[in-house]
Amino acid sequence: MEDLNNALATDLDRAFGSVVDEMGPRLFWGLRRMCGDHQEAEDLTQETFIRAYRALDGYEPKRIRELKLQPWIWTIAMNLGRNHVRDRARRPTAVEMFETGTEDPEPIDDAAWDRRLAILSSHQRDAVVLRHVVGLGIAEIADAVGRPEGTVKADIHRGLSRLRTTIEEES
Amino acid sequence: MTVESQLESLIGSLPGGVSEGVALGTGLAEGYDFYPSALGQVVVTFNPNGVSSLDTVDLFEDRWAARIGKPLIRAEAPQAWASHIPEAIERGTPGKLPVDLSSVTDFQRSVLAKTATIPRGEVRPYGWVAKEVERPKAVRAVGSAVARNPIPLIIPCHRVVRTDGHIGNYSLGGPHNKHELLEYEGADPDQLEMLAAQNIRLNGNTTTGIYCHPTCRHVRRSRESNLVAFSSTEQAAEEGFRACKDCRPGPKT
Repeated sequence: MEDLNNALATDLDRAFGSVVDEMGPRLFWGLRRMCGDHQEAEDLTQETFIRAYRALDGYEPKRIRELKLQPWIWTIAMNLGRNHVRDRARRPTAVEMFETGTEDPEPIDDAAWDRRLAILSSHQRDAVVLRHVVGLGIAEIADAVGRPEGTVKADIHRGLSRLRTTIEEES
Repeated sequence: MTVESQLESLIGSLPGGVSEGVALGTGLAEGYDFYPSALGQVVVTFNPNGVSSLDTVDLFEDRWAARIGKPLIRAEAPQAWASHIPEAIERGTPGKLPVDLSSVTDFQRSVLAKTATIPRGEVRPYGWVAKEVERPKAVRAVGSAVARNPIPLIIPCHRVVRTDGHIGNYSLGGPHNKHELLEYEGADPDQLEMLAAQNIRLNGNTTTGIYCHPTCRHVRRSRESNLVAFSSTEQAAEEGFRACKDCRPGPKT
């Protein structure tokens, strides 16, 4: 990651594609697990990277070198996601009559995991996904979601045990 | 298998299209699409700020590489203004379409902005543009600014002609295309060349006492028997005519 920071600080335009390549899959699938909607996750991923680029464009090289990219990107994404949900709540949403298939290969047990994660509260779901799907540390999650570390730990703990119970009940 | 390790495996690859969307949204790449025009199919490029260039299919790739050089992605123009593109091409003016002229200098931008005000079916000399942008002596600089117009057709540089009245050169495929466009817009390029050969630069209307560029709508609306020809603004002024306030052929006051 440090090489990437250096590259960004030296030549943002040239290096930014590598940020998308390197962080894109994790960002997209993390968001995809949180919101349960492929298209919305694509939009959020795209918008997050665009905002990240604009922010980096205004930063001094020193600040870019010191940036912890992964948690920083996730702070942008979580802020966007919150607004997205709020915006969506204010307008009517169309009912999907047909499954809109995507050409992208999806990982194992997709529908099953969507269902299981949907049972969690949104705080639990975000915390569990950021911790165990994306792989962020507790402090990084606390920053990204804007909640205290203790609360984040509790969310993860409760979320995981609820997932275990759900899986047990399935079999 | 623990819940934690199952969660770790829930990551796949980045869906196709996202990287391209990011490149387009940041302006690191520009989008392009094809549109019909009076000169056949043309390529239009765009970014979030507006349309950035237009070229013929043949010339596009080489000229893009030389001028801008950014990566290109086949895309649909932003929904907010995509529908204005065909109209802007057909009418020969940006209208509501945002244009991105960040690839040219401030002077070139002011020349192109002035060029965009020339009405369809009319032409103006390079010297007129120079005068209108408050740089009356910079006729040659105006000529090269117009020649480097990145968005021809939409910014109608084909309506700027040589100061001696000949229709002059055209960067979008040569003078025959300029001829064809002017004809298409009803400006009668053959007659323009004929007037030039006779040293006629201006027309006066004996009823109103006003002189205009020969393609000004006020001339085209006049009865031919009321029209007189002048070779210069000085001659028109000497004979007691004043300059039209719409096509502004006279010296800057």
